[in-house]
Amino acid sequence: MKGASSNKRESAALPSPAGNTGLACPRAQTAMNCRAEVLEVSVEGRQIEEAMLAVLHTILLHRSTGKFHYKKEGTYSIGTVGTQDVDCDFIDFTYARVSSEELDRALRKAVGEFKDALRYSGSDGIGQISLEFYQKKKSRWPFSDECIPWEVWTVKVNVVNLANEQERQICREKVGEKLCEKIINIVEVMNRHEYLPKMPTQSEVDNVFDTGLKDVQPYLYKISYQITDSLGSSVTTTMRRLIKDTLAL
Amino acid sequence: MNMDIARRGRQAIHRFSCAMDTDLNSQDRKDLDKFIKFFALKTVQVIVQARLGEKICTRSSSSPTGSDWFNLAIKDIPEVTHEAKKALAGQLPAIGRSMCVEISLKTSEGDSMELEIWCLEMNEKCDKEIKVSYTVYNRLSLLLKSLLAITRVTPAYRLSRKQGHEYVILYRIYFGEVQLSGLGEGFQTVRVGTVGTPLGTITLSCAYRINLAFISTRQFERTPPIMGIIIDHFVDRPYPSSSPMHPCNYRTTGEDNGAAYPSVEDSQEVCTTSFSTSPPSQCVFTVTKAHFQTPPPVVMDTLKVPMMGLAFSHQLSSSRLSYQPAALGVGSADMGYPVIFAGGLNAAHPHQLIVPGKEGGVPPVPSQPAHGTQADHERMVMCTPLDGALYSAATPSSSEDTETVSNSSEGKSGSPHDLLETIFVRKVGAFVNKPINQVTMASLDIPFAMFAPKNVELEDNDPMVNPPDSPDVESPLQGSLHSEVSSGSSTGNTHDDFVMVDFKPAFSKDDILPMDLGTFYREFQNPPQLSSLSIDIGAQSMAEDLDSLPEKLAVHEKNVKEFDAFVETLQ
Repeated sequence: MKGASSNKRESAALPSPAGNTGLACPRAQTAMNCRAEVLEVSVEGRQIEEAMLAVLHTILLHRSTGKFHYKKEGTYSIGTVGTQDVDCDFIDFTYARVSSEELDRALRKAVGEFKDALRYSGSDGIGQISLEFYQKKKSRWPFSDECIPWEVWTVKVNVVNLANEQERQICREKVGEKLCEKIINIVEVMNRHEYLPKMPTQSEVDNVFDTGLKDVQPYLYKISYQITDSLGSSVTTTMRRLIKDTLAL
Repeated sequence: MNMDIARRGRQAIHRFSCAMDTDLNSQDRKDLDKFIKFFALKTVQVIVQARLGEKICTRSSSSPTGSDWFNLAIKDIPEVTHEAKKALAGQLPAIGRSMCVEISLKTSEGDSMELEIWCLEMNEKCDKEIKVSYTVYNRLSLLLKSLLAITRVTPAYRLSRKQGHEYVILYRIYFGEVQLSGLGEGFQTVRVGTVGTPLGTITLSCAYRINLAFISTRQFERTPPIMGIIIDHFVDRPYPSSSPMHPCNYRTTGEDNGAAYPSVEDSQEVCTTSFSTSPPSQCVFTVTKAHFQTPPPVVMDTLKVPMMGLAFSHQLSSSRLSYQPAALGVGSADMGYPVIFAGGLNAAHPHQLIVPGKEGGVPPVPSQPAHGTQADHERMVMCTPLDGALYSAATPSSSEDTETVSNSSEGKSGSPHDLLETIFVRKVGAFVNKPINQVTMASLDIPFAMFAPKNVELEDNDPMVNPPDSPDVESPLQGSLHSEVSSGSSTGNTHDDFVMVDFKPAFSKDDILPMDLGTFYREFQNPPQLSSLSIDIGAQSMAEDLDSLPEKLAVHEKNVKEFDAFVETLQ
């Protein structure tokens, strides 16, 4: 489906929730300087969503700014990002996320699909979800824009089955502690202040940021996932929209 | 002394050399100083708010308001800002001078323990090339976001979410050398992040205790108060003479504390609380401070809460009281403040934090005690209802003024948490409330004071001791309670202050019971003390039990065979 990708990298790419990527954006080869970070968690089935949301929201908290308002002479002012705490129901954990319902909805949708795929694909319960930040590079017609990722976060999930309530209680606490460690890892990476796309001019802003949300402005991102079945080969779930996109060049 | 001079010299040279090398123009320099200052203030806000015990929620706004530093919506709690500014005293974090926020836990028994120290430090590593107004600003914003994430992840967060009945979380800001010794062995450190600037690298980190051995969260999952009421106004009870709060715990390091701790012998704190069974709509709670010249009765509802020997411990009122003990003149930044209270109000800036779930349906107090003091210090309202069992042993059931005084702790000296000093008597509806002083005196009463063992007359009337043998009474309970009520009203001292003038509760007419709610309330207002709680009776019966043991053993021995047969059937 994607020429340059190997079999293993086939995955379902959920379209950017903003929906303003009118043109398909075929994935380019991973740039040499694209940062890749991998996190692993083991969770029980009902904890999948919350654990993923905690991680993804924490990443997006760091990768979102307020809305830009461009003024003349190329200056711009930035809106304000609010935050809110979210308590998990199935994990002893609380995380802070950006106060944006649209963003939350988009993430929940993606994570929900990942969870369904994980649970119903008949796999062993191993899968991974990726959050990729990319920049668009405009190409001249008839070529479509390139998407150049500059940071990819992958969360590998291993779903465990627990036998009784006591184990579940222990799992609640353990997963909570694990997530604390993950958050610390994420913050550590963020703190390295490595490459970030430079702040764009008004005409370029849509190549760097997702400007479709009304209250915050995350960097352009896409979420994809892949499930590994027990045979070790990847089982992919293809979205109809994705097919349409890739074929509609 | 020499070290100090040497250090200061190094700092001066460092700043000078950095400034010289970078061509840091004055505008940039000013900007940078301003950024660092506001960053420090926002850091403190984030940390303290994360330990309030509530979930924080702020809104995003697409149009910049101009007042949101670092493009983040972080509320500014005035008291916290004030404390931070005071600690900084116009300085900025520099080498050897770090801004530290200490988070500690204090139990209802008075034990306290440091949980975390958050440090904002500056080191010597300069980043000359970096652009102040742009890159540094954005990186500081990122660092604040990281702080938001990390503050939810250290162990103290979960503790702080569970604070209330058994313990409270306090904060203290100090400026100077970092002191990690209070964190116990094996504390861990997490680095939140760093931002390089032309003047040095700002580092934000947290050292947290992991040895929470004597305080596990499970310890605090005890039975809830009987009526399940969230009491949101508790007064810190005066500590017994052991006086666990020592000023040195809160002494700012390296600062002169000369006049920090005035003697407070003449301002004995008197904490009197009164509880009795009652519906949640009434609860009485009064606290007086003996030296209080103008005791304004602040609040409205009078609540009475039952207390059956549980240490209700601290429940911080979220933003009700702000009492500044100008008379005490306590030193700056030396005390811990309960974090929940941080949404405190001072006379000038009522600023109420939203603290859902802690109010228990009681309306917030709109007005403030007019103490005419500076917006300062002790804004903690940390209260503990008296432990009834304790008091029944310690104080007789009389309601004399002297009793209240004896409750105060003479041994205290300026310990900060004693300074809760607001009277709060809240009245509601038709309940007549006595004038304050009378109420407070009466309110020393222990629960069921009138049934305390010392009063022999009452014991005779106590149906638990002498069950009424009146089988013809339509309801034995009713009969016994009637007797209680009569004896109750005869001694009457406990409950004079609450006389129901006219009780017309809505929807209370009941055709089944012959009495209306008012009568019902009155009759069941003072149930007799449980015999097991009464010491003498307990002692008596125990003695009897002990005596009767040999007989019982003899009987059991006789029936040994039967028991054995029974046991065999079970196997």
